[in-house]
Amino acid sequence: MTTNMFPPALVFILGALLIPFLRGKAKAIYMLALPVVVFLILLKLPVGNTWVVDFWGYELILGRMDKLSLIFAYIFTIMAFLGILFALHVKDNLQHVSALFYVGSTLGVVMAGDFLSLYLFWEIMAVSSTFLIIASRTKESREAGFRYILVHLIGGLFLLAGIVLYVQKTGTIAFDYIGLTGIESYLIFIGIALNAAAIPLHAWLPDAYPNGTPTSTVFLSAFTTKSAVYLLIRTFPGADILIVIGGLMVSLPIFYAVLENDIRRVLSYSLMNQVGFMLVGIGIGSELALNGAVAHAFCHIIYKALLFMAAGSVLQMTGKIKCTELGGLYKTMPLTCIFCMVGAASISAFPFFSGFVSKSMIISASAHEKIFLIWLVLQFASTGVVDHAGIKVPFFTFFGHDSGIRAKEPPLNMLAAMGIAAFLCVGLGVYYQPLYNLLPFPVHYTPYTGAHVVGQLQLLLFGALAFTLLILSGYYVMEVRSKNLDADWTYRLFGQFAYKILDRGLNSLNRVSESVLMKFVKSVAVSFQNTAANFALFVAVNFWLLIGYRDKRLEIKKRRLYNDILQGTLPIGIGAAVAISFILLIFIIT
Amino acid sequence: MKKELTIFDSPKNVKRLRMGFYVALVLLLIAESFVDMHGEFSVEHFYGFYAVYGFISYVFLIFAAKVLRKIIMRKEDYYDH
Repeated sequence: MTTNMFPPALVFILGALLIPFLRGKAKAIYMLALPVVVFLILLKLPVGNTWVVDFWGYELILGRMDKLSLIFAYIFTIMAFLGILFALHVKDNLQHVSALFYVGSTLGVVMAGDFLSLYLFWEIMAVSSTFLIIASRTKESREAGFRYILVHLIGGLFLLAGIVLYVQKTGTIAFDYIGLTGIESYLIFIGIALNAAAIPLHAWLPDAYPNGTPTSTVFLSAFTTKSAVYLLIRTFPGADILIVIGGLMVSLPIFYAVLENDIRRVLSYSLMNQVGFMLVGIGIGSELALNGAVAHAFCHIIYKALLFMAAGSVLQMTGKIKCTELGGLYKTMPLTCIFCMVGAASISAFPFFSGFVSKSMIISASAHEKIFLIWLVLQFASTGVVDHAGIKVPFFTFFGHDSGIRAKEPPLNMLAAMGIAAFLCVGLGVYYQPLYNLLPFPVHYTPYTGAHVVGQLQLLLFGALAFTLLILSGYYVMEVRSKNLDADWTYRLFGQFAYKILDRGLNSLNRVSESVLMKFVKSVAVSFQNTAANFALFVAVNFWLLIGYRDKRLEIKKRRLYNDILQGTLPIGIGAAVAISFILLIFIIT
Repeated sequence: MKKELTIFDSPKNVKRLRMGFYVALVLLLIAESFVDMHGEFSVEHFYGFYAVYGFISYVFLIFAAKVLRKIIMRKEDYYDH
């Protein structure tokens, strides 16, 4: 079935291509209009498969709509609006374009009914999010972005291998429930689990996310992991191993979050902890548990984005993001402080905030299934959330010792984005019925019972009492500048090790070949690079002249493009461009 | 320059806040006797289970993290060479 509407993924991806041609108010309005248009399309979209495209005898399904994909499509579109609003003041078009590619490809993943289009969007997602990481244009962000794309390309290969075997076995590229049965299902599982930052495939997340720009990390926090959660709900509900992985994810990262000094890294570990709750829900696999996982993903996207927005505002206005360098900011940034505390209350699942109505579903589901150990772990983890996200982040940033920093509130668009997100956090906590109606299964669950509220408040507030006593007595963990080892240690060290081995082992060979071969190769490589750079410059400069860039602006643009090419960031972009034009081609031909 | 907020600079206000917090804790413990703590597990029927578990969890978390720090902490420039 086809309609005269456009697939949401392509609205964002093709829509992004226009951004560099717009200026000022027109650009702002245009960018904000994109998610609105997509939302209207989603409202009108019928249940079932839309945009089914024949591709060499295979059926690509670009619009699978059921209750599960619909709720994820809604929240990703809402999040796109919030993220765009928050980043509206940013001048760097690279960030806007890659953010919209990222959003579009995530919607493509959520609405894909077949493995081929899923894989295509999956890779665009990986590439476009890498641009959001390196957009800070620092050495750290470039290196972290490089590790990030390597890890995700490897994960993508697992997924691809699984898909190939799966298609060979079943004879169809359409997919729905898979279940852990054969080698192909395990390969697919690994590919998806990596994007969900499942332990032990998680290290890319706390490594890369804290290196984004103040605004790009907000996007990053929402899409990759939750689209993986969506896929796990669809393909592997009830897989017992997810309970184990989820159990590790809710508990281990909170220790790191206690120790971390960089606030956005604290929030990254906290993000893993929250995804852990969802994975436990998927692993349990009952209707209540799956509903809980979906609801929690929905609420979590908003409050986690809100927390990253608050952290981003602080970073942008003060230039600092470490607990040891911040403190006392409530004095001049009271609004940001309040928004941050709403996010903190929501993630801690305080009654009347959004986390409470979703997280309690998962915990109740674990109790209904009588899994005592995991129930204890989830309750323990809930207290852990109070520590790092509920108390540590707001306390050390806005209160604590006075750092002497007197930064102003962030620009209006950032405040507005945080305000809307905070409003939604409270709104969902109080008026949760609309959310429950959207969940994939019918809901027979009441979050607000006396026992739930009193139990939860005791758990949270007596945890907070422990904090109060520990910090008054000086036993609380000192904030220190440090680097805490995580699983990325393995591949980082292996990389250094391999480099040294090659360096030593090949040195003798080098001496011989250097005089002839190396010089030749080097000169060829340099000339290739230069040709590419000069060609790109030639095209770009003429184009820039055409649209009216002159003098200093042109000079800056030229230098930036030249550097990007020489540092090798562009080939990835070309790959993405090829991928995009490929979909476009398919769409136009059929 | 806009006026600064200084409400938490005065120790009196901080103390008031803390007192309010302690009162809330006591009220919460009392509130438990008015609700039916229907639980799937028997531990939930112990009076004040959540309060005790929350407190112990928190203290365990902090002290375990301190031990963990001894193992995993490195200098900030550990990976730069």
